[in-house]
Amino acid sequence: MYGRTSASCSFYKNAQVATQYGNQVSILLAIELIWNLCEVLFIDAAPAGSLLLHLLDWVRLHKADVDEKAREVLQSESPAEHHDYWDVVVSYVLQGRLDEARHMLVKQATLQPAARKMYKLMDSLLSKMPFYNPGGTQTLTEFDVKWRHWHEEVDRCLQDSSFASNRHLEIICKILVGDEDTLLEHKELLSTWYHFLVTRLLFSQPTVKPTELHYYAQSCMTMFLDSRSVPEPLDNILLAAFEFDIHQVIKDCSIALNNWWFVAHLTDLLDHCKLLQSHNLHFGSNLREFLLLEYASGLFTHHSLWQLAVDYFDHCPEFGRVYLELQIERVPVDTERKALKVLRICEQRQMSEQVRSICKIMAMRGLRNNRLGSALSWSIRAKDAAFATLISERFLQDYCAKGTFSDLDLIDNLGPAMLLSDRLTFLGKYREFHKLYEEKRFREAAKLLLSLMTAKIAPRSFWMTLLTDALPLLEQKEVIFSADQTYELMFCLEELTSSLNSAPPSADRPMQEEDIELTKVELLRLALARNLAMAIVKEGTVET
Amino acid sequence: MENVNAKYVSQKVSRTRWKPVSVSTLQQPDVFAAGSWDNEDNKISIWSIGSNGGSDMDDGFEGDPQLLCEHKHDGDVLDLQFLDQDRIVTASSTGAVSIYRHHQNSQTISLAQHWARAHRYPCDNAPCTGVVCSSPEIVTVGEDGRIIVFRADQEAVIRVIENADSSTIHAVTYLRTTEILTVNSIGQLKLWDFRQQSNSPSQILSLSGDRVPLHCVDRHPNQQHIVATGGQDGMLCVWDVRQSSAPFSLMEAHSAEMWEVHFHPTNPDHLFTCSEDGSLLHWETSSQSDMPSFLQGGRNTSMMSRSAMAPAGGNQSLVNAWLSGDSSKGRLETTHMLPSQTLSVNSLDVLGQFEGTSPVVGAGEVSREAAAEDSGRMQR
Repeated sequence: MYGRTSASCSFYKNAQVATQYGNQVSILLAIELIWNLCEVLFIDAAPAGSLLLHLLDWVRLHKADVDEKAREVLQSESPAEHHDYWDVVVSYVLQGRLDEARHMLVKQATLQPAARKMYKLMDSLLSKMPFYNPGGTQTLTEFDVKWRHWHEEVDRCLQDSSFASNRHLEIICKILVGDEDTLLEHKELLSTWYHFLVTRLLFSQPTVKPTELHYYAQSCMTMFLDSRSVPEPLDNILLAAFEFDIHQVIKDCSIALNNWWFVAHLTDLLDHCKLLQSHNLHFGSNLREFLLLEYASGLFTHHSLWQLAVDYFDHCPEFGRVYLELQIERVPVDTERKALKVLRICEQRQMSEQVRSICKIMAMRGLRNNRLGSALSWSIRAKDAAFATLISERFLQDYCAKGTFSDLDLIDNLGPAMLLSDRLTFLGKYREFHKLYEEKRFREAAKLLLSLMTAKIAPRSFWMTLLTDALPLLEQKEVIFSADQTYELMFCLEELTSSLNSAPPSADRPMQEEDIELTKVELLRLALARNLAMAIVKEGTVET
Repeated sequence: MENVNAKYVSQKVSRTRWKPVSVSTLQQPDVFAAGSWDNEDNKISIWSIGSNGGSDMDDGFEGDPQLLCEHKHDGDVLDLQFLDQDRIVTASSTGAVSIYRHHQNSQTISLAQHWARAHRYPCDNAPCTGVVCSSPEIVTVGEDGRIIVFRADQEAVIRVIENADSSTIHAVTYLRTTEILTVNSIGQLKLWDFRQQSNSPSQILSLSGDRVPLHCVDRHPNQQHIVATGGQDGMLCVWDVRQSSAPFSLMEAHSAEMWEVHFHPTNPDHLFTCSEDGSLLHWETSSQSDMPSFLQGGRNTSMMSRSAMAPAGGNQSLVNAWLSGDSSKGRLETTHMLPSQTLSVNSLDVLGQFEGTSPVVGAGEVSREAAAEDSGRMQR
């Protein structure tokens, strides 16, 4: 039971996927059809004569099912008796592939020796049809004269009923003479109005000029489509192209197609061919950039294609950068590696504001996850002084609470990055003091400690801790702080206590804590006085 | 640029690795694994460039990678290593470490083992950035600054070094069987000795001053004290971990992040690097430092000198080759292996058994994967 359910589920799913892919394929085919026609009409801009040859190529390219049918017929035992035989021959003729049509006809001719003369006549008509050769020396007028001769000859054959005994050959002859009714009888083989248009032009107006095209296109579409059926979006797009209305093509494509890819690239191409200059938008910069921005913005919201959009934005001179700036900050960043890739894009384009903001996001993430070292690294990269200060505070708080530093590998190697913010400098220097102390380089340690206070690097709130750190140095057997240094220490202590005293005694502060503070000050005063005495004595002795 | 095959795979590839070939078989490597990143559904996949891989004759020419099988992967594949012939270890952006088994008979992949949230913050997942293994031991590192040691077939974690690094560890490699080397985002190399119980590194080496993040590291296959790293500035650094705490030589390489560096496993005069700037570089140093200078520099003479050197694998003069790193004297040659492109080359792997080498390139950002075979260059 379960098995069947899942099987039917997967069948349903497969069918769904198949329809989806089918739709995609048909959209792609339509896109290719439009693209190629635009190439022929706008980019190649072929003049009369070659225009029709290009259009023929276009139809042949997109109506390739003839070849498949032909292969089927030729592979059968007796091709001439195959039920699709005449369809193939007529299709070849409709596409102007006369040599291939003649090859097929030979097979029929051998089967009907009685009608040999008729087949021979048809063969000669087909072989004699002139095609314009744009590379040749022949002028268009010469070609036109030649073609008219041939046309009259075909017409004569039709008039004197040369092919009356063979229905199929008569049809071919009528096609060659450009008989519209006969053509319309073969809607099945033509399948589209634009095939009808090209075939009709081939056999009645081979020297059609680009400017005349829209007239024929319009009439062919009306003739071909039933009065009942409404033209589809694709028909309108092609018609607009035949009318050389570039903007209508772009507009209709934008509405009909499910994405911006096609219009963006088509417009870009046309713009490079300088075909869009006449048209100005009342908003944005120009049509090309507007469409590229639309497309790139769509790409940017894609979870993995966002990187490709960057190139598109780079090629939009007016608003590309603004768009990129706005969007790049919104790329969801879940790993550092992705963050680095995003940052690289920003740094290459000197987008310092965005670099800062991305680094800040990463720093915030570090802080949230209690990774102070990581957070500090990111804020150093962002050159974000305020945030570095905030994190340095956290480090100092941690130190005050635990009595040890965390993340020594980072703090010990700050280097010039230390100068980013005062608090960070203090953190680095204060750690340096601890290192000196550990290495028993007391004199240097003492000097550094004092300078942290006198140069106002240390925040006032931290002075008590620093003075307390001075205590063991004061209590050493040998004199470490000189008399001058001791005076300075005393000055610092007095400054601190006076500012503490001037502050109103807060009621919520427990007495005990105040007591400890007072004892600390007393102890310091005592130690300082003793050290001063010793220093004076020592300095006096050295002098004598 | 000879023999470059490219295939579009409709996904962004973050890592590629050749499947190891057993030394006994006289066989060219022809199977590799790839992991994707930043896709809606990420995958690991196994590809073959051998003629036996795909039976389809019409589909692609010889050497065109054929997909053998694939398996869904939770999160970005940030690193990928073959544990042995048919097991693959992956590092995920979800912090998970997984072992996948490639069943060669049925050409399927199944999940063999999974450590969810191996790397984590107190209340979130932390991406696992690197993995290295020497069967059955597996070592992983992550953005949480932890180093974790696993054993395949054993569910419990063997060892965790908490707070091994205050910043992100980007890559890890074995130095010896008990020693590993990690690189981090503040330009430090740390040596860890697993014989010691302490949770601090036995040695820290660092780039002076600049704190340039390092992204990749590889060890010289014969001389374990020689290590190459690459970082954010695209510079190739060669270190001697015995002697100095700063890099021995720095060489300009790429204009953006270097994502991977690998010595050629059997011919360590050659080294390969790839970068965010879209280039894949082949570095070649002529090992004969004691050779008269007039014989150096020329293409033909360097070929000659190499053929003379090749049998003497771990010769002393090899040391000098990388450690001097003197590109100005023409001892070091670099070649671009890919035609110019703008999107990142995320990964490379090189596997050489005999006279051929085959770096695999996962050019992730162009959804392309190229297996660049460079055998012509490396022959004899």
